[in-house]
Amino acid sequence: MIKIRNLTKRYENLTAVDDINLEIAKGEVFGLLGPNGAGKTTVIHMLATLLKPTSGTAIVNGYDVVTEPGKVRSSIGIVFQAPSSDDMLTGYENLKIHAFLYGVPSYEREKRIQSVLELVGLADRQHDEVKKYSGGMRRRLEIARGLLHKPKVMFLDEPTLGLDPSSRGMMWEYVQKLVKEEDMTFILTTHYMEEADRLCNRIGIIDQGKIIALDTPANLKKLIGGDIVKIKSKSYPDLENLKKLIYIRKIELIDGEIIMYVDNARANIPDILRHLEAEYVEFRSPDLNDVFLKLASKNLKESVEGGYMERYAQYGK
Amino acid sequence: MLSMESKIAVFEKLYALWLREFKVFLRERSRLVASTFTPLLWLFVIGTGFGSVATLSSGSSIGYQKFIFPGIICMSIIFTSVFFGSYVIWDRKFDFLKSVMVAPVGRGTIFVGKALGGMTSSLIQAAILLLIGVLIGITYSPLGMIEVIVIVLLLSFTLTSLGLAIGSYMQSLEGFQLIASFVVFPLFFLSGALFPLDKLPQWLTVITSVDPATYAVDAMRIAVLGIGSKPFVFDMVIVLVYAISLGAIGAYSFGRMKAV
Repeated sequence: MIKIRNLTKRYENLTAVDDINLEIAKGEVFGLLGPNGAGKTTVIHMLATLLKPTSGTAIVNGYDVVTEPGKVRSSIGIVFQAPSSDDMLTGYENLKIHAFLYGVPSYEREKRIQSVLELVGLADRQHDEVKKYSGGMRRRLEIARGLLHKPKVMFLDEPTLGLDPSSRGMMWEYVQKLVKEEDMTFILTTHYMEEADRLCNRIGIIDQGKIIALDTPANLKKLIGGDIVKIKSKSYPDLENLKKLIYIRKIELIDGEIIMYVDNARANIPDILRHLEAEYVEFRSPDLNDVFLKLASKNLKESVEGGYMERYAQYGK
Repeated sequence: MLSMESKIAVFEKLYALWLREFKVFLRERSRLVASTFTPLLWLFVIGTGFGSVATLSSGSSIGYQKFIFPGIICMSIIFTSVFFGSYVIWDRKFDFLKSVMVAPVGRGTIFVGKALGGMTSSLIQAAILLLIGVLIGITYSPLGMIEVIVIVLLLSFTLTSLGLAIGSYMQSLEGFQLIASFVVFPLFFLSGALFPLDKLPQWLTVITSVDPATYAVDAMRIAVLGIGSKPFVFDMVIVLVYAISLGAIGAYSFGRMKAV
């Protein structure tokens, strides 16, 4: 559905997107992850024909983004980082205008508008001006607008940024529903690892304009190697002794806590505890945060939302 | 050549873009009130004040207030049209422009849709001022009204194009207002809206003759008061040439405008 070929965007002294090659299949939900400024939005903008590549190109729904932008535009829907509806108009009016712009045939116009409003649960508020909508409602209106012309590919640029958990859950439901029922292809960027893990079939981690990892969430997590166990020892721990244990892949001492990457932590923690006297023990499975931190460059730590990354940043070192 | 079907499609897209501008215009009452207030200030304060000392060319039976009335209509169009360009910057700030540019709509179509919105605003402004004209004793002929509409549409297309072209290059509203003021005030003051142009020193005559508003004001005076210094058709041809040129510049500017 999407073929990206040597896609590059260079500004005067910065290469925002550096020779990316990628194929995305029909019905796939593809996640682009990466720190702020990594080039995620630039990729989306080039795929959506809003930005001309410096070199390389991409084929979207069979059309070349450089030479056939008009046909690409008819094939795609997009939800931008910031809501882009006119807030002086009502939700309905915004949709009506876009239905015209996308050439939705007149006999279907009303029906489509009502059906997308129904889908995102805004039918009862359609005649209110958008400035009276909450952030979540605005975002849902954007989704509705993106769906009006039944696009084959949908781009979501940080679709749940700043949304509360229930609005975020709703957004995820729409995506899953549209993939299942309409066989739509999605490309989304996000800073929420949980979102990427839950929604995406495949994830590309992009840093400094390059894709540095590309796989399913499950396979990416395997890169971490084992569960992460954190132990605070009462006495100074004998790390050399612990290192001999076969199921411990890696061991570090950070801020007085022992961090271990352990195979099957649930079964092996009792044995570990025979080797040291613990004040407390924590363990968890690796998640995409760990992958993200392991792979992307150091400057990304500050970029991730919510302080969550800060708490786990030490594991990635 | 466009096929019949795509002609209809372009028409529908223009309609949609125009509809949006029109609805926003109707909902932003303060915009209408503010832009009607300034011309009234000119008409009643300057018109009355200067009217008490100014004497127009001998033999003219028209008072100063009536004399500047067509000019004040043009002034309102000049200001409304050029400053309409600032809405491009608003649209860009709120990402609405991006959402239009990602739709299958040509840049030329976006430009014309926007210009139609500006022309509609000007037409409504002019209609309000024409009604107020009745208060100062102006009477209109049916032909004069048609002429007024044509002048308003042409002048506002010309200057909306100019405003949109400026807006397409500017990133900030402050920058736009600075540049637009540089454009708007000379356009207005040099147009002969406030004084007859026939007795000016030559250097000033030269400058006034390159101002498109000069011809619109003269034509407006013919249409509303029946007096003018040049033939109506001549005025209109000049304004038309400006309309086509600035329209082309505006469309070109929109074409090269960055989407993101």
